[in-house]
Amino acid sequence: MSNTMQSHIENGQDGVIFEKSEPGRSNPCQAPRAVEGSPVIPASLLRKTVPMLPEVSEMQAVRHFTRLSQKNFSIDTHFYPLGSCTMKYNPRACNTLAMLPGFLNHHPLAPVETGQGFMTCMYELQEMLKEVTGMQAVSLTPMAGAQGEFAGMAMIRAYHDARGDDARCEVICPDAAHGTNPATAVMCGYKVKEIPTKADGDIDIDALKAAVGPQTAGIMLTNPSTVGVFERRITEIAKIVHDAGGLLYYDGANLNAILGKVRPGDMGFDVIHMNLHKTFSTPHGGGGPGAGPVGVSDRLLPFLPVPMVGFNGAQYHWLTKKERPQSIGQLSAFGGNAGVLMRAYIYARLLGREGMPRVAEYSVLNANYIMVELQKRGFDLAFPSRRATHEFIVTLKRQAKTLDVTAMDFAKRLLDYGYHAPTTYFPLLVPECFLIEPTETEDKATLDGFIDAMAKIQHEAETEAAMVKGAPYTLPSRRLDDVRAARELDIVWRDTET
Amino acid sequence: MSNAPSHLKYAQSHEWVEVIDDDTYRIGISDHAQALLGDMVFIELPEVGQALNAHDECAVVESVKAASDVYSPLSGEVVEINETLEDSPELVNRDPYGDGWLFTIKATDRSELDELLSADGYIELNSDSDD
Repeated sequence: MSNTMQSHIENGQDGVIFEKSEPGRSNPCQAPRAVEGSPVIPASLLRKTVPMLPEVSEMQAVRHFTRLSQKNFSIDTHFYPLGSCTMKYNPRACNTLAMLPGFLNHHPLAPVETGQGFMTCMYELQEMLKEVTGMQAVSLTPMAGAQGEFAGMAMIRAYHDARGDDARCEVICPDAAHGTNPATAVMCGYKVKEIPTKADGDIDIDALKAAVGPQTAGIMLTNPSTVGVFERRITEIAKIVHDAGGLLYYDGANLNAILGKVRPGDMGFDVIHMNLHKTFSTPHGGGGPGAGPVGVSDRLLPFLPVPMVGFNGAQYHWLTKKERPQSIGQLSAFGGNAGVLMRAYIYARLLGREGMPRVAEYSVLNANYIMVELQKRGFDLAFPSRRATHEFIVTLKRQAKTLDVTAMDFAKRLLDYGYHAPTTYFPLLVPECFLIEPTETEDKATLDGFIDAMAKIQHEAETEAAMVKGAPYTLPSRRLDDVRAARELDIVWRDTET
Repeated sequence: MSNAPSHLKYAQSHEWVEVIDDDTYRIGISDHAQALLGDMVFIELPEVGQALNAHDECAVVESVKAASDVYSPLSGEVVEINETLEDSPELVNRDPYGDGWLFTIKATDRSELDELLSADGYIELNSDSDD
């Protein structure tokens, strides 16, 4: 990258809003100013110094933030095939209905009698998630997938503790696991034992057999796994782990692929967390807010986090530590991100029993379509012998070796073609990989457009590699200094002149 | 295949071992490993005095692509760590067999050295992933 290009990026075309600030400029230019000093707030409570806010006109503020929003790559503006993240469309109906004043204005401390409508929805969501995952009960309270994972592993710990089985100190994770899995196990006080994945994408059963023992607290699996294939010997795996006295944890990251078709409970799992922002289409990315409900088998029933919603045949009510004394407890002040749960509830109701399997069918169909078409155009698949689930892996190892064009270069060039890049360099066990997940919400024309763009980039890599390595060219920022971003992250703007 | 000096021994998990004297050994990660991981941003080292068993996780190398565990090839006690990596993790990329070393261990079981690979064996092992 040339120096002029670099300085252009650093300056940015728009800068931050503080750079537009002029002393004394305020929002409603022509309207009369409010009288200085509010008579309502006592002087003793007023701040002495004015907060440092940009002094801009209303139009400046509106245009600044509108332009910023237009620079976003988002599911509302671009195809977003981010593997393992299930970036699918959030139906507007879910937002609209969840924003009904009766839901929106409901206070968490309101008496149960005035919250029967809201609680009906939450109870039914518990029941629907229970049914579609094949578990015995569900608690909606975890505030995000990561907290759901923590709750799940904490329940496994509580189970072993309740039995006085304190020798169990290890959790098994396959090498393809999401990074959060070993992190969760460690957070809950366990050591992580890693087992390898075989060349066909399945777990190495012999390694699993060798790994389990009286020290095994459990195993954490994603099925379909992060390599985009269904773990075919899952019932055998469940038996091996259960026979050793361990429990099975299901990471719900890839639940979209099997929704309404196969149930984790039937595979033998004891606990599952569900990323509602993935499978149940609640807002995703940029911090959520998330929702990571947990479902459990009979073994873990007493330990579910509270509050849950109960129903006594006449009235919905909260189940707290009082009713559920063995619960691992509360994970937040109230019962989770209620507005997000409401969106998931509405989404689940819109789909219904008929719609849920279609989610799985079309997400798998779309993934397999792109996979086959990319293979026809000369791309290498990481697991060519396997049918994809809802996502699959292309390896660009050959292109990196022979053309010096890496997965990162392909990813950056895709941005120029108007596609958000797939997940790159994950899972770690596949070199130069693209993990591609189109989801069920895309039509064939969009998929064809993406396939064409990939083929064009392949051609560009062969004929003008240097150009591809310089991409992107059409975005406000080009290549970022990711080493410096990781080591010296500084995202706070300071006015250097004051 | 990237560079693998012949006077070192290698673990399958991409660590190298250099003999300092009879029972002291220097440990780092291979050129192949640093090339796969990419630009380093953070290195977490064991503590001096820490006791390690062979195959224990003993350090973390974090690059722009991934955080990866480093496994001790030998059992023993950590006697020295490369503190310059705290401010200059890029040394692992620039000079993996020299200034980018990770730590030195006083080994308790020299026979564990026999389980390690020669440079040729290590190159052979990784020839598939690098062809």
